[in-house]
Amino acid sequence: MLKNRIIPCLDVKNGRVVKGINFVGLKDAGDPVEQAKIYSDGGADEICFLDITASNENRDTIYDVVEQTSKKCFVPLTVGGGVRSVEDISKLLSCGADKVSINTAAVENSKVVIDSSKKFGSQCIVVAIDAKKNGDKWEVFTHGGRNNSGIDTLEYAKQMEENGAGELLVTSMDRDGTQVGYDIDLMFKISSKVNIPVIASGGVGNLDHLVDGIKLGNASAVLAASIFHYGKYSIKEAKEYLDSKGIPVRI
Amino acid sequence: MNVTIVDYNSGNISSVINSFKEVAKNKVKIEVTSDLNKIKSSDKLVLPGQGSFKSCMDALNKINGLTDRLNEFVINNKKPLLGICVGLQMFADIGYEEIETKGLGWISGKVSKIDNQEGKFKLPHIGWNQINIVKDSKIFQNIENNSHMYFVHSYEFVPNEKNVISATTDYSSNIVCSVEKENIFGTQFHPEKSDKIGLQVIKNFINL
Repeated sequence: MLKNRIIPCLDVKNGRVVKGINFVGLKDAGDPVEQAKIYSDGGADEICFLDITASNENRDTIYDVVEQTSKKCFVPLTVGGGVRSVEDISKLLSCGADKVSINTAAVENSKVVIDSSKKFGSQCIVVAIDAKKNGDKWEVFTHGGRNNSGIDTLEYAKQMEENGAGELLVTSMDRDGTQVGYDIDLMFKISSKVNIPVIASGGVGNLDHLVDGIKLGNASAVLAASIFHYGKYSIKEAKEYLDSKGIPVRI
Repeated sequence: MNVTIVDYNSGNISSVINSFKEVAKNKVKIEVTSDLNKIKSSDKLVLPGQGSFKSCMDALNKINGLTDRLNEFVINNKKPLLGICVGLQMFADIGYEEIETKGLGWISGKVSKIDNQEGKFKLPHIGWNQINIVKDSKIFQNIENNSHMYFVHSYEFVPNEKNVISATTDYSSNIVCSVEKENIFGTQFHPEKSDKIGLQVIKNFINL
């Protein structure tokens, strides 16, 4: 039986791990290579790096981080943040990333997803969607949540599936950093709309939120950052809790 | 001894290289090349594969003499080869991803899309799933039945000879996830991404 995945996400800036609260107010939480290794040894099903300021700063540090991490961690490694082109994707993959997540570029230029999924295969193309509720719909935001594209999230999700995305990483902008739980309604609607796996992100504050993301949101995988970073819960505790709630996990 | 990872421009093979180097330490030489002479003199080959069946077969065929050299290595000289993911799928006679494409034909059978039962099952089949070991395979030494391995694929290999199947996994149906036929080994899952248990599979292959 296929297991639901738990994916710790490390926000990386200038080669160091930081955690943003609603994308501002950054704290240093250590070396990404070491952190990733701790997570993979602890049973993380995948590791995710998000290079949060990549759009406007020197990108080379992330390549080095990816290269070092991929020599020590033998679980899938997803890298995103500031990925603009097929060349960026190619470079991250050749440094040892297994999947690349594309956010702003996927909105601005649909060819990036179409071309990269053809070139490298859908299995390594994750489209990251930052969605914010507006009335009875959700709109897609770009540039780390700064710009509203006005695009409807559900339509966009379907379009990205058709363009060749292998997975969707869906972050609720309303919930990110709040620790009050995923936007379950959003996760469920997207997951019902597409036939590719959905990774839920944004808002986890306790282990019940992970359970809800899978059971109620129908997510294939749950991504979380701060609950793992500051030692509130270990990956093992999270998995044992999910297991106790009848969710299939790899233990 | 040296093990060659066949580099035929089929997408991302960094993780395969990293994992084999991790297991080999400095005792076994790991080469990464499409050089025909180096392939010939290797003790073992690894055939990775990402993307589609067609794109991988096209990439193999694009390198002049490569498929002939692989045939000679595997069929005539009976030296060990491990195919991973699409690398395993290419053992088949034929694949149906994108368009009908001829495979290497080492193990008779076809590669077709996983039946998602009208959307009930998400595709690709991504994540950790358990393997049911159905026959003793040399690459499963010290691997317990029901171990978790990492998968990412939408197509499955359906071999004609069922006795080549060494493990299956349950998704929408019973999917073949490992084969062994004499000197030919293949895994649909990614041992290079399957943590310590995956590295054990790689170690078993290197130690054959």
